[in-house]
Amino acid sequence: MDFFGDVAGWFADSANWSGPDGIPTRVGEHLVLSGVPLAIAIAVALPLGAWIGHNRRHANLVINVANVGRAIPSLAILAIATMLLQRFLVEIGLRAIASEISTMIAMVALAIPPILTNAYVGISEVDDQLVEAGRGMGMRAAQVLRLIELPVGLPVILVGIRTAAVQVVATATLGAVVATGGLGRYIIDAIAQRRNEEIFAGAMLVAVLSIMTELAFTVIQRRATSPGLRVADAELREPSQRGKGGGEVFA
Amino acid sequence: MDWDWIVRNLDDIGQRTLEHVLLTVIAVAVGFVLSFGLALLVRRYRWLTAPIIGVSGVLYAIPSLALFAFLVPFTGIQNPLTAEIALVSYTILILLRNILAGLGGVPADVIEAANGMGFTPWERLWRVELPVALPVIVAGLRIATVTIVGLVTVTALIGINSLGSLIIDIGYRRFFLTATIVGSVGAIGLAVAADRGFVILQDALTPWARRRGGA
Repeated sequence: MDFFGDVAGWFADSANWSGPDGIPTRVGEHLVLSGVPLAIAIAVALPLGAWIGHNRRHANLVINVANVGRAIPSLAILAIATMLLQRFLVEIGLRAIASEISTMIAMVALAIPPILTNAYVGISEVDDQLVEAGRGMGMRAAQVLRLIELPVGLPVILVGIRTAAVQVVATATLGAVVATGGLGRYIIDAIAQRRNEEIFAGAMLVAVLSIMTELAFTVIQRRATSPGLRVADAELREPSQRGKGGGEVFA
Repeated sequence: MDWDWIVRNLDDIGQRTLEHVLLTVIAVAVGFVLSFGLALLVRRYRWLTAPIIGVSGVLYAIPSLALFAFLVPFTGIQNPLTAEIALVSYTILILLRNILAGLGGVPADVIEAANGMGFTPWERLWRVELPVALPVIVAGLRIATVTIVGLVTVTALIGINSLGSLIIDIGYRRFFLTATIVGSVGAIGLAVAADRGFVILQDALTPWARRRGGA
C-alpha cells in the first residue's frame, strides 16, 4: 500500500488547486472565517481588558470569563450558535452565508477570553513605580495607559492575541461540521466518503496553516516588544508559579 | 427544551457521560505518566529540553480535528485508539511544562537541606521536590483535564461515542437542540467537577499549605 504516494498524488492533482473546492479557495475561506471574528474579538476584549487592568478592579470578572471560556467546548458553542441562529439568518435572507455568520459569532465568543485575560494581566502587572513615575511627570490617566501601561504590557497582551488566533484557526476547521467552507471541508467530506488520502491531505493543510499562524504571531510579538523590555520578557519566560497568561507555564 | 426526551433517554445520556469520563481519564492518566517520564529524562539530559518541548508544542498547535484526521488512515474511524493517541499528545505540552516548572521552582536551599539530611536523589524527589512542586503540577493537571473534556466532544466526528455524540449526531445532525444542550451542559459539568476535584485533592495532599493559609 503506497498511502503517502496517494497523498502526494492528491496534492499533485490540478483539480484540487482550482474551483470552489480548490485549495486556494479553501485557504481563503479559512482565513476570512478566522480573521473576521479575531478582529472583532480584539476590538471588544482589548479595550475592556486594558481598562479593567488600568483600574485594577473587577479582576474577578476577568478570571471568571477566562475559566468559563475554557470549560465550554468549542464544538458545543458552534453547534448551539448554529442551531439558534440558522432560522433567523435564513429569514432575513442570509441563507447562503448563514453557517459562516453563526460560526463567526461562536468564534468571537471563543476568542474573547484569552485576549481579555491577557490584556488585564499585562496592564495590571505593570510595575507600580512606573505608573507612579508617570503620574509624577504630570501624565493624565489616558496618557499613563497609552505611554506606559500599554507598551510595557504589550508582550503579555500579544500572547493573548496569539492564543486566540490559534484557537480561532482551529475552530474554523470545525466550522465544516456546520457546513461552512474552509480547510475543514476536506477532512469532514473525506471522512464521510472514506477517502483516506484526502483526510490526510486535509489534515496537513490545516496543520500547516495553524503552525504558520502560531509562528506569524510569535514573530509579531518579538518585533513589537520594546528593546527595553526584552530583559523583562526573558524573565517572564522563566518558569514561575504565576505563569502569566498563556506564557511558558499553564496556571 | 424537550424534557420528556431527557427523561426517556436517561440511560443513554448516562452511558455517553461514562464514555466521556473514560476517554478523558485514560488520556490524562497516560499523558501524566508519559510527561513525568519525559520530565525526569529532561532533568537528566538537559539538551533534550528544546526538542521535546518543541515537538509537543507543534502537536499542541495542530487543531484536534486535524490530529484525529492524521491518524484515521492508520487506526481507522470508530476506534478509541485514534482518539486517545491524539488526546494524550495534547496533554503532554501542558503537563510536561508544569512538571518541569514545578520541579524547577523548588528553592535551592530546600534541595541543599535535603542533600544535607543524606537523602538519595530518589528520596529527595519523592519526599521533598514533588511535595513542594505539587501546586504547579496540579495546576497543569487541572488545565489538561478541562482541555481534554472539551476535546473529547470532537471525537464524535470520527465516530466515537461521548457527550459529543449528543451534541453532534443526535443534536446538530437532526437539528434537535435539546440533545445538543444536554451534551454541552454535561461536558461543562464534567470539566467543572474535574477542576474542583483537583483543588480538593491538592488541599488533601498539601495540608501544610492549608494550615498556613488558615492561620
